[in-house]
Amino acid sequence: MTYKTFSVDIDADGIALLTIDLPHASMNVWNGGLIEDFAKWVDDFTTNDAIKGAVITSGKKSGFLAGADLTMLGGAKANSTKEAFDQAFALNALLRKMETGGQSAKDLSSGKASAKPVACALNGLALGGGLELALACHYRVVVDHPKIQLGMPEVMVGLLPGGGGTQRTPRLIGLQNAAMMIIQGKALDPATAKAQGLVHEVVPAAELIANAKAWVKANPKVTAPWDRKDFKFPGGAGAMDPRAVQLFVGLNAMAHKESKGNFDAIKAILSCLYEGSILPFDTALRVESKYFTKLLSGSQAKNMIRTLFINKQAAEKGAGRPSGVPPVEIKKVGVLGGGLMGSGITHVTVKGGMDVVVLDRSLEDANKAVDYSRKIIDKAVSRGKMSKEAGDAFMARITPTDNYDDLKDVDLIIEAVFERPDVKADVIKKAEAVIRPDVVFASNTSTLPITGLAKNSSRPELFVGLHFFSPVEKMPLLEIIPGALTGDRALAAAFDYNAKIKKTPIVVKDVRGFFTNRVFPPYMGEAMKLVTEGVKPALIENAAKSLGMPIGPLALLDETTLQLGYDVMQSTKKELGDAYQPSGTENFMELMVVKLGRKGRRFGSGFYDYDAKGERLSLWQGMAEHYPLAAEQPSVEEVKQRLLYIQLIATAQCFEEEVVKDPQSADLGAIFGWGFAPYTGGPMSYIDTVGLENFVRTADNLAQRFGHRFAPPKSFREMADKGEALYKAAA
Amino acid sequence: MTEAYIYDAVRSPRGKGRPDGALHEITPIDLASQVLAAIRDRNGLSGEEIEDVAFGCVSPVGEQGAVITRTAILAAGYPHTTSGIQVNRFCGSGLEASNIAAAKVKSGECDLAVGGGIESMSRVPMGSDGGAWPIDPRSAIANYFIPQGISADLIATRYGYSRDDVDAYAVESQKRAGRAWAEKRFARSILPIKDVIGEVVLDHDELMRPQTDMQSLGALAPAFQMMGTMMPGFDDIAIMRYPDVEKINHVHHAGNSSGIVDGSAAVLIGTKEAGEKYGLKARARIVSMASIGSEPAIMLTGPEFAAQKALARAGMDKSDIDVWELNEAFASVVLRFMEAMHVDHTDINVNGGAIAMGHPLGATGAMILGTVLDELERSGKSTALTTLCIGAGMGTATIIERVN
Repeated sequence: MTYKTFSVDIDADGIALLTIDLPHASMNVWNGGLIEDFAKWVDDFTTNDAIKGAVITSGKKSGFLAGADLTMLGGAKANSTKEAFDQAFALNALLRKMETGGQSAKDLSSGKASAKPVACALNGLALGGGLELALACHYRVVVDHPKIQLGMPEVMVGLLPGGGGTQRTPRLIGLQNAAMMIIQGKALDPATAKAQGLVHEVVPAAELIANAKAWVKANPKVTAPWDRKDFKFPGGAGAMDPRAVQLFVGLNAMAHKESKGNFDAIKAILSCLYEGSILPFDTALRVESKYFTKLLSGSQAKNMIRTLFINKQAAEKGAGRPSGVPPVEIKKVGVLGGGLMGSGITHVTVKGGMDVVVLDRSLEDANKAVDYSRKIIDKAVSRGKMSKEAGDAFMARITPTDNYDDLKDVDLIIEAVFERPDVKADVIKKAEAVIRPDVVFASNTSTLPITGLAKNSSRPELFVGLHFFSPVEKMPLLEIIPGALTGDRALAAAFDYNAKIKKTPIVVKDVRGFFTNRVFPPYMGEAMKLVTEGVKPALIENAAKSLGMPIGPLALLDETTLQLGYDVMQSTKKELGDAYQPSGTENFMELMVVKLGRKGRRFGSGFYDYDAKGERLSLWQGMAEHYPLAAEQPSVEEVKQRLLYIQLIATAQCFEEEVVKDPQSADLGAIFGWGFAPYTGGPMSYIDTVGLENFVRTADNLAQRFGHRFAPPKSFREMADKGEALYKAAA
Repeated sequence: MTEAYIYDAVRSPRGKGRPDGALHEITPIDLASQVLAAIRDRNGLSGEEIEDVAFGCVSPVGEQGAVITRTAILAAGYPHTTSGIQVNRFCGSGLEASNIAAAKVKSGECDLAVGGGIESMSRVPMGSDGGAWPIDPRSAIANYFIPQGISADLIATRYGYSRDDVDAYAVESQKRAGRAWAEKRFARSILPIKDVIGEVVLDHDELMRPQTDMQSLGALAPAFQMMGTMMPGFDDIAIMRYPDVEKINHVHHAGNSSGIVDGSAAVLIGTKEAGEKYGLKARARIVSMASIGSEPAIMLTGPEFAAQKALARAGMDKSDIDVWELNEAFASVVLRFMEAMHVDHTDINVNGGAIAMGHPLGATGAMILGTVLDELERSGKSTALTTLCIGAGMGTATIIERVN
């Protein structure tokens, strides 16, 4: 028999070596072709007496198998729940057949029957369905390399491991370890996997296949541990074992508080673990597939797969990069400014494998960037996450300077100097005087339009905006802003640079605030308005957190400082003059910053009180003296809705004005830029999920009650009228 | 409908619910059967007259399993014609069992029945029966499951009861219990418990510390702070359910919460005619009974709603109640009840409560029904309302009226 997705070689001992090697793919995944082939092979394997056992491995250097093809899952269509279940159960049934040799659980546990041995030779990473295939084998041996990842990351895209992962894992390593692994989606390295009991052996690469074959040869008749009569869950299971009871009480609480109850997948995984630990194995697998079916048919998984996997990956692969421009080679980058942003940019650039010349007015100022990285690297070295040599090599790549001549051989300039047009103009001129004529100049401005700044450049076609977020080494988003005259090469360079530092890039129109800074201030403004209306600050903070925002808006304002918000407001006022549109928070900001001096955490106080070390103590009780608490507090749902819709409306406005040109970019920018609730797939996905008509109606209602700022953009009303969706195809 | 009358109430003393407690060597069957035998014998009954017995038990597993009521009836030497049922409404079980007995009488099913309860917490620890509520993820998350101690601290936080407030309440409970014992106010109800050779092993509530003062309580660390703020962090869940709360103020500890004890109680309930037939003297009339469900996360605010329902069913106003008895599960529960119902501290739990004497889960409701009946007779007052807060957000209440 021949297969398209793997080869099968049967040796003299009758042991089949199945080598998975998907054609035209850099990585093995479970797709339609592999499932089809595998089904045929399992049939042959279980019935062909000439085959005594099997070893499954991968022909890819990239690893063993990276899970299911999410585009296939995302596009799965079923006409009925039953059909959806049958689809979901297909892989489970297949793996189970291999595991049991087609024998019944009853015959296996009574010893009347046994299965042929299947060993899994893990030559590299095994994720999701890849690891689940391995777990369905009777023996697992993995190459001894600390970088190999063995994990089940399905939860990250709103799914659960639906190939027996929620059942075999706890039966091997106990419910607690399994819960940690599956709920957090974190991978284990081979040594940890062996210590926990997830794999049997860890061997050098050269011995991998021989080790697996030797095990098969030595164990001609096998049954999985859970098919034996004496099987017990390591660490206890079920509803009566006190160890398991205590575990579930704790797990439920921790998962609930961490996820705010927003993630369907986390709840489904917990239920699979709990219910599955009480059931016989075959029933447990069916229950797992039922929960999987529920998730797959819900909106969360679809939205998360689309934004957090498909669109994120596409963006990172350079979906927005102009085609036809040859790769721009970037080995050395000149960073202008050693402040907070310049330091962060320096750090991520070196981390991306490039050399950096960081320039500031004095060597002392430039050295601040060196100190910034030094602190991070020292910490990594002291925690054993980096060797001292690697740390030294990292630091050696940073050259601080106050001399523009040192920029002469850089391949890219990123400026992060003070946000003043004259200061920017000065560094643009000085840098362009020394760099090669083909070198792209990027500005990390957050407020000044790129087209305006490019006027200072002698080659505006090579001038582009790269908006980083602080702290640069932690924030995953990069806004790429082409100005009016920015050419394809500059845009391509921005993408090629990003590919090295591995941020998630979105292309954004050159308008004040670009994208994220257009949405973020109204959101903060709404929180402040709620305070001035006498809504309990705790209710505002908790409402935002329960929406899925990582931190309450008032705490966030304290972090970014009210002073900064006040300064931006003042400068915008000055710049726009009569055109300035009051946000309604002017008096409040004035009170907090100027009159009360509660300027933010860095200044010792803000919405919260802080101790001398800057630790947040509790909300400032004095607020009620200035804005007395309303006798009747709004419901948490109402506060949540206002905090959510203010973000949705601002994002929609940006989409209408083509600040972001597609819903994909808007969703990525929102989640990775300001932490918009990831389980929604982003604001645009959220609007599609509730339906444009519903969105417009709710926004109209809010506008009527709370002000015009909630009015839905015109184009959204039109789309709603036409019954359209933001994501046109396969929404 | 037929009226139901309370003819008698008997309870064991409460022994410390630990291996060194005086009742630890007494099996739950033995403890319950001594109480059942006493309520039969001291009323001159043979047992045959008692048609059904309902006993509360909150951990009905192990030696409290398999319908302990029936086993205890047989152990008490009742004729085999008396049936038994085991009831679980968490902390309200004992009162609910009495209400069931009363309901059987009122409905005409029985002429004479016994309600009561048993809990040997030293032998069958709390939580022994597991349960889906906190462990099945679908239940735990949907209901914002938090342990009762966190709920009690949440009540204190939401209604602004400080550590001093709850401690002061606890000191008073100890003081009142001490006075009640000194003045032998429980004498009519207490049944000393004997061992297998007939020696008395306990004749008083073992847990009491009448000397307790603010200073001694002040030395105790909050009991629920760790599970609230650290692992697994139940406070966040309480706050998710009550998002106007910024932080939970952890004020409860062993000294201002109900004690873990062993104990059993029984209440004899019957029709007027049954009393006449068997020569029994009615002590009180059951005026009304009620059970309610309330929000399960804050869990322990049910008594005010149960009390309101019982009052409404009786067509009474709260001013019609002379004496209030609310199980002292946690100090904040009583403080909240007093505030919500505008009940003066002098009129509630006048002889102390579970903070001083302990809370044998399945039995407490029947015990405090007897306590409040003794108090009506002692004080010459007329009406009393007994109620308890209950796990998963419930409340049960009973109003009685003294009849002689």
